[in-house]
Amino acid sequence: MIPPVGPSHYLVLSGLLFAIGLAGAASRRNIIMILLSLELILSAANLAFVTFSKILGNLEGQIMVFFVMIVAAAEVAVGLAIAVVMVRRTGKSDADSFRNLKW
Amino acid sequence: MESPILFYGLAFVTLLGALGVLLARHPVYAVLSLVAALFGLSGLFVLLGAFFVAAIQILVYAGAILVLFLFVVMLLDLRPDELSRLRSATWRGAALGLGGLLFWQTARVARTLPIPAGVQPVEGTVVAVGKLLFTTYALPFEAASLLLLVGVIGAVVLAKKKL
Repeated sequence: MIPPVGPSHYLVLSGLLFAIGLAGAASRRNIIMILLSLELILSAANLAFVTFSKILGNLEGQIMVFFVMIVAAAEVAVGLAIAVVMVRRTGKSDADSFRNLKW
Repeated sequence: MESPILFYGLAFVTLLGALGVLLARHPVYAVLSLVAALFGLSGLFVLLGAFFVAAIQILVYAGAILVLFLFVVMLLDLRPDELSRLRSATWRGAALGLGGLLFWQTARVARTLPIPAGVQPVEGTVVAVGKLLFTTYALPFEAASLLLLVGVIGAVVLAKKKL
């Protein structure tokens, strides 16, 4: 018999997703793959928000997820535009090769 | 939170997709794995009673954002070896260590979480979420539309060759 699933299961899954996203963002060199891993991190946060919304019995957590999605959409649009410009300028998509602003 | 089999199935799909993002050699496969992960996550949202969030997760994330990712991956047309380059083993070890530490902390918090009893269950239907969004959170909602406008204009200004 499988033990019943509680909120802590969802939170552990959220932590696991966050850890995978963090590992991806830190180990990839390509700027697009880093953005993709950031999406995973944001999704993990969304899962935690919805779980707490369920635990506490109010809808504010789900409203927050809505706003996180809006910010993620804006972030992806601008971030990918920056990636396109950088690749067009230098021909490279390596995040380490963009160090013009480094002193 | 009644059906363990449904939860474990959806969690398996989600984690498989997330691992695909982490390990895929080619970015197109990574994007498609993220689509799978987001679909699994959307199912979990349905299990948690957040129907509206589950629907916009599919529409906005899997429908719009990841199509944008696919467009850019194919538009840039980089060589696969350049796209799948990783940092040095030290970096990867540190990343895994940090991720593991964060996961351990989250799991510890989740295990000892005080769960209040006798909470009225809420359902995140379109009516309930929409009512809250257009009354209490009307100002943040309008500010979000402004943020999206800025994002659109910024993306056009950045990516256009000549204005």
